[in-house]
Amino acid sequence: MKKFILIFVAILFCGITINAQTNNKKSTLPTVTINTLEGKAIKASEFSNEGKPFVICFWATWCKPCLMELNAMAELYGDWQKETGIKIYAVSIDDARTCPKVKPLVSGSDWGYEVVLDQNSELKRALGVNNPPHTFIVNEKGEIVWQHVGYAPGDEETLIEVYKKVVKGEEVK
Amino acid sequence: MKKLLLAIFLIICSFNGFSQDIFGGKVTGNFQMDVQASKEDSIIGAERVSEKLLMNAFTNILYTNGDFSAGVRFEAYLNPILGFDPKYKGAGLAYRFASYKKDYLEITAGNFYEQFGNGLIFRSYEERNLGLDNAMDGLKIIARPIKGVALKGVIGKQRYYWEKIWESDDFGLVRGIDAEVSINSLFKKFEASPLQIIAGGSFVSVFDKAEDRFIIEPSTGDNYKLTMPENIGSAAARLQMSYKAFNLNAEYARKGQDPNAVNGYIFHKGEAAYLSLGYAAKGLGINVSAKRIDNMSYKSRRGETGNMLNVNYLPALTRQHAYSLFAMYPYATQVNGEMGIQADIIYKLKKNTFLGGKYGTDLKLNYSIANSIDKEYVQLNPAGNYEGTEGYSSSFFKAGDEIYFEELNLELGKKLSSDFKLNLMYSYQTFNPIAIGHQGEKFIYANIFAADLTQKLKKRSSLRYEVQLLLTEQNYGEWAAGDWIQGTVEYNLGGKFFVAATDQWNYGKLNGEKVHYYNFALGYTKGTTRVQLSYGKQREGIICIGGVCRMVPASNGLFATITSSF
Repeated sequence: MKKFILIFVAILFCGITINAQTNNKKSTLPTVTINTLEGKAIKASEFSNEGKPFVICFWATWCKPCLMELNAMAELYGDWQKETGIKIYAVSIDDARTCPKVKPLVSGSDWGYEVVLDQNSELKRALGVNNPPHTFIVNEKGEIVWQHVGYAPGDEETLIEVYKKVVKGEEVK
Repeated sequence: MKKLLLAIFLIICSFNGFSQDIFGGKVTGNFQMDVQASKEDSIIGAERVSEKLLMNAFTNILYTNGDFSAGVRFEAYLNPILGFDPKYKGAGLAYRFASYKKDYLEITAGNFYEQFGNGLIFRSYEERNLGLDNAMDGLKIIARPIKGVALKGVIGKQRYYWEKIWESDDFGLVRGIDAEVSINSLFKKFEASPLQIIAGGSFVSVFDKAEDRFIIEPSTGDNYKLTMPENIGSAAARLQMSYKAFNLNAEYARKGQDPNAVNGYIFHKGEAAYLSLGYAAKGLGINVSAKRIDNMSYKSRRGETGNMLNVNYLPALTRQHAYSLFAMYPYATQVNGEMGIQADIIYKLKKNTFLGGKYGTDLKLNYSIANSIDKEYVQLNPAGNYEGTEGYSSSFFKAGDEIYFEELNLELGKKLSSDFKLNLMYSYQTFNPIAIGHQGEKFIYANIFAADLTQKLKKRSSLRYEVQLLLTEQNYGEWAAGDWIQGTVEYNLGGKFFVAATDQWNYGKLNGEKVHYYNFALGYTKGTTRVQLSYGKQREGIICIGGVCRMVPASNGLFATITSSF
């Protein structure tokens, strides 16, 4: 027991030192295979937006704040796309129970996002997501440069501001 | 194994200090901690907590370097918060793995999660808030020899709290293979075809050492030994098709003889069928799903009941509610037999139309029903029960005469102005208490309403008001106590802070005090870190995720949660 805790602390410490040392190097998307709405395999590391930064949103049909976020962004998405060329991947973590609801919800809501299915939470785990909604901005090099958890009305405005900075190549926190 | 992985970790760590070019990997992870302090409250049934403070915590640490990744999860339950199985008490590395991923090959050693098709015969997963984790410990290989083909193989044992599963024969070995072919990816000329077809099949076998089990005739004392199958096999075939706006997802599974504690040690074979049909056009989505489950509890230990050691996943075909009063009577799959149908229609009334108004209106209609299956029971065994017999026979298309659950609900979402958004919901539920083991109580019929208004304020702040009402004439005391009303006010400040106050009032309770379950919550979010503190009363209830449920005991006190990703 004691040994475990010691080892754990050692690893944690290690993690922190690694983090500190490779600060200039950012995480990229893992080679986790998930599915498109048609059931085809797609690798997260192949997400792209014609050389421009893009956004990844984790959501589920049963998650109210997620739907609030996706609906709020959908209203602005057309304008955002024209202005900045943004692309949003909406990663559903619905499992076999609620997965059949994803497609009707997506088409019924007419969001316009690229929706993919992470039915057994493989990508969710690989990216260290605790609970949806969890939003990432990935820059043109495929590096994760910004993350945010939860949704409160108005967060979509923060997202697009940060996205614009990433497009310009500015450093974001 | 454990030590080896740790050694690798430490080596990587130490090397990293010197040369980051060689080991230029990244460490990421996440963290969650729940702390609970509950005091005794005899009115709501909250028991005394001797430890004063309870805590659940875990952290995942993941190291990734190109195609290689490795990770550990440290968990601590000191002691487990209320509602978690006391067997979780303790701390340690509950999960560790090393994995190598190439385009055509993925190998994972140690712990892993995986799912075949819809999970009818195999799904290894975790549901942290339910304390459910059936992670495999062993080996997983995924091969993609050519485009459009995926082959999977898994072998291992399943997690059981902190038990040393490899040192005991009490835990069965799970082995499985799965193949999936995307016809359109396989043949180039069909690639752009409007008709897309994906077919798959899987086979799973559990080896669980036979135990002696006898049936004793009470009058004579004669006993009969049951011959237990040691290898319990199952197979499934599936098909996924889409053509323009239409799509279909079907899976059929069978399981061999599997006498176990859940089915009462009968030798009836298991069967499961699932069919889902959908239509999706811009602004309109329709889905109809149907399923039939017959004796499909599939565990890697035949004496096990409850939520652990499940090899497969049989979700409930009902709506998963986010509003709490709508989830007062949640439905969980009856694994020994049920038939169900669910339909969803989602429609968007267009902007600038008479019904749609200036901003459009979202409508969602959902109907679900779960029914028993037809069972023709065979003759009893000499002990007067069905143990060791075929149990029953059942015809595939015939429903039984008992409804377990039925629900019709309608939801309307509307933006009223640039600052106000309204969500309205109504549900009519019929709940059979037998579905959660309450014998002899009649159906509960409930009308449930919710209104939820969000108001945008200046500087990215907002207010949310929510009212819910549950009306029912059935009042069975503690677990089903008549009418409820709930009100919530929530204030969000600049997307960083929030405060909320909720009162859930059981005003329709017939006997005993009509309790106010008040709760105050305070939260702060920064980047990927979220801290939430709440104080108040929690009613005794059931939380369900994916058709699996856990009892949450009543509590009165403080609850704090910290989550973070790094």
